[in-house]
Amino acid sequence: MKRLILSLLSLPLLAGAALAQDDVVRMGTEGAYPPYNFINDNGEVDGFERHLGDELCERAELNCVWVTNEWDSIIPNLVSGNYDTIIAGMSITPAREEVIDFTEAYIPPAPSSYLAMAGMNPDLENGVIAAQAGTVQADFVADSGATLVEYATPEETVAAVRNGEVDAVLADKAFVEPVANESGGQMVLVEDVRIGGGIGMGLRSSNDELRGQFNEVIVEMKQDGSLNELLVQWFGDEADTW
Amino acid sequence: MFSFCSDPDTLEGAAWWACYLTTRKHLLFYSSFGTVLLLLVITAPAALTLGFGGAVASRSRFLPLAWLGKIYTSMVRGIPDVLFFLFVPLALDQGLEWIRHHLLCPEWAEPIRQDGNFVVCREAKLPLSSAPEWMHEIYGFLLAVVAFALVFGAFAANVLAGAMRAVPHGQLETAAAYGMSRAQVFWRILVPQMWVYALPGLSNLWQILVKATPLLFLLGVEDIVYWARELGGTKTSVYDYPHGDWRLYYFLVLLVFYLVLTKFSEMGFDRLTRRFSRGQKTIGSSSPTPA
Amino acid sequence: MSCWDTFQAYALRSLGVGERILPRDDFTVCQEVVLIGSGLLWNLYFAAVALVLGFFLATGLALLRNSQRRVARKPAEWFIFLFRGSPLFIQFFLAYEAFVLLPRAGIPLDLGVVEITVQTGWLTRAWAGATLVLFLNTAAYSAEIFYGALRSVPQGEVEAAEAYGFNRWQKFRHVVWPTLLRLAWPAYTNEAIFLFHATTLVFFSGFPAWRQQGDALYYASYFADKTFNPFLAYPIAAVYFILATLALLGLFRLGHLRLHRHLPAPARPPLRFRLRLLR
Repeated sequence: MKRLILSLLSLPLLAGAALAQDDVVRMGTEGAYPPYNFINDNGEVDGFERHLGDELCERAELNCVWVTNEWDSIIPNLVSGNYDTIIAGMSITPAREEVIDFTEAYIPPAPSSYLAMAGMNPDLENGVIAAQAGTVQADFVADSGATLVEYATPEETVAAVRNGEVDAVLADKAFVEPVANESGGQMVLVEDVRIGGGIGMGLRSSNDELRGQFNEVIVEMKQDGSLNELLVQWFGDEADTW
Repeated sequence: MFSFCSDPDTLEGAAWWACYLTTRKHLLFYSSFGTVLLLLVITAPAALTLGFGGAVASRSRFLPLAWLGKIYTSMVRGIPDVLFFLFVPLALDQGLEWIRHHLLCPEWAEPIRQDGNFVVCREAKLPLSSAPEWMHEIYGFLLAVVAFALVFGAFAANVLAGAMRAVPHGQLETAAAYGMSRAQVFWRILVPQMWVYALPGLSNLWQILVKATPLLFLLGVEDIVYWARELGGTKTSVYDYPHGDWRLYYFLVLLVFYLVLTKFSEMGFDRLTRRFSRGQKTIGSSSPTPA
Repeated sequence: MSCWDTFQAYALRSLGVGERILPRDDFTVCQEVVLIGSGLLWNLYFAAVALVLGFFLATGLALLRNSQRRVARKPAEWFIFLFRGSPLFIQFFLAYEAFVLLPRAGIPLDLGVVEITVQTGWLTRAWAGATLVLFLNTAAYSAEIFYGALRSVPQGEVEAAEAYGFNRWQKFRHVVWPTLLRLAWPAYTNEAIFLFHATTLVFFSGFPAWRQQGDALYYASYFADKTFNPFLAYPIAAVYFILATLALLGLFRLGHLRLHRHLPAPARPPLRFRLRLLR
């Protein structure tokens, strides 16, 4: 009996020691999806998720470093341990939850939008629609009956609309809205759709402890209003907040 | 970089360009040209060494070794190099982690390959997840170097094996008649003489290697193609220096870089050929245009 | 789903025939073999079109390059340098970025009587745009090979043809060209194999795969990414490429036999394929 207590006591100690040993949390992101995450002119990861992630790490007293990974292999590389979290504008979906675990959502379910050239009136049901491969939007387009053309990066999807390869692109509204606003009237948002749940951080299923730590500070930031401030700062006044 | 760059929104004309072209991101772009040259400088001797080993192995009298050498030298004839570049880094990474996993975590019970994933224990990760970021980058670059060295080693083995065959048999027989051992004939007669026959092939190989360097991008190394795509892409006002889709212009820069590099390599090899064929009667020395 | 069902669903998937949705989980070896094989059709298509068309352009370029006139020679030299001096990978990227800049509505061409509109949209698609790049690329490399062979055509043969009173076209068609091909054939075989292997770059270099219709390596990397296991998909693709390369080699051997059909069988030089690094 005594032994059992001893071992029970020593377990958290050991766990603590292990955590202190490699206390670096590697934050994996895509770095190509402004304003969620992008590489700024200094060559560093920037954007809403960079600022959110740094704040979360500071509150949870974690030592975080940022790494980028291509979108299409971002989940396998998390599972195999090349980084510890995915914080890349990833919607929480049941299919993804089978493979990895998500924290509490830090962005409420937000609309996606079709972006098209002005005056083109694209046929969203039967036309040719671009989406980034492996996104909820790509699945949505595939199910909608339109011809899906997938691109590896968000940038290429917008370029495909601009040069007429496709009729429209479906992506998160927060990504395509600035593109439309700054196109000088060339491009417009056609229609909003609501797909998927909120956006959360992805972690390995075995990593419950880290997930708990992040959940705690996400809830804390939701309650004290600082998360809403950050949302408004990056996504504008009309952004959905908590 | 310059003091007047502190507020990019107010800049215009030449000042905007001066600041835009000297952002840290651009400096990273410029330094990635160094990454490409570094890859060339490391890969070339590594491939030559591997190629020499392959050529020697395929001439070996020990049959299994000869077969190994022959398979190595002939694999690049049937299989596209791109396939190796995709396969080798991933395979090598998983292979190393698999070995480390079995050495370091023998008590691990779960399977390594769970559907769609490759999971090894924390201690077996390469590099360790606690390692600083630069080690991860160096590791990725090293995997790329190994992939390049393997493929171009096989090409080089072809060239060197051909060059060894091209050394006149009389030379070798004469040396043997003088009582030289097999090793002596090899090192003192064959190897010094083969280079002049190998040079045209090696010069072509260098040109192919130069033109394969953009494939670094496929291996996830932040090379010139990566930065050209990143910098050239449309920039909204979230960025300090917004602009449209400029990827075409950035790729034009890369094109010019490679054309210049090719031209310089050609000139270099022409000089080398002239040097090597000094005192040798070859087509290269007797006609004004080397064949 | 039995393997035969998989075959029916995916054998022509790369051309857009059959099952629309690619396998997403529970991957089988059968699926990988069928889909990667389906993708090989693209590689064969790219190589066949680029090689056949490139052959004729290369012959023309080699003749231009051999011309006495500067206005004819210089453009050919520049063309060859441009395509041989830069990586194919960059050429693909550049060509794609340039093609997408062409006006979508087409370019109006005024032909005096009628005005037609040249459609440009298809150039951004791999089947046209990438084939065009491969065609120009292999033409440049082959032109260099043919040019070298052209310079080695024995003077005596040409003089003999002149003595027979051949005109310029007859001289070229019946004397210079066949000899040129005989001389260039081994190196040209080598170039064809290099080009065939280079077709794997298309879908990694900017040209998007429409409806996930890609080449053999596209599907191989699809499976490798999804299963995170490079040890199955890539070797399957490798086997396909080895077989296809052998078939290509067989075709070139037939060509070699035809080029030497005037010689009695024992006197024909064998086509020994030795990898030449002429690329």
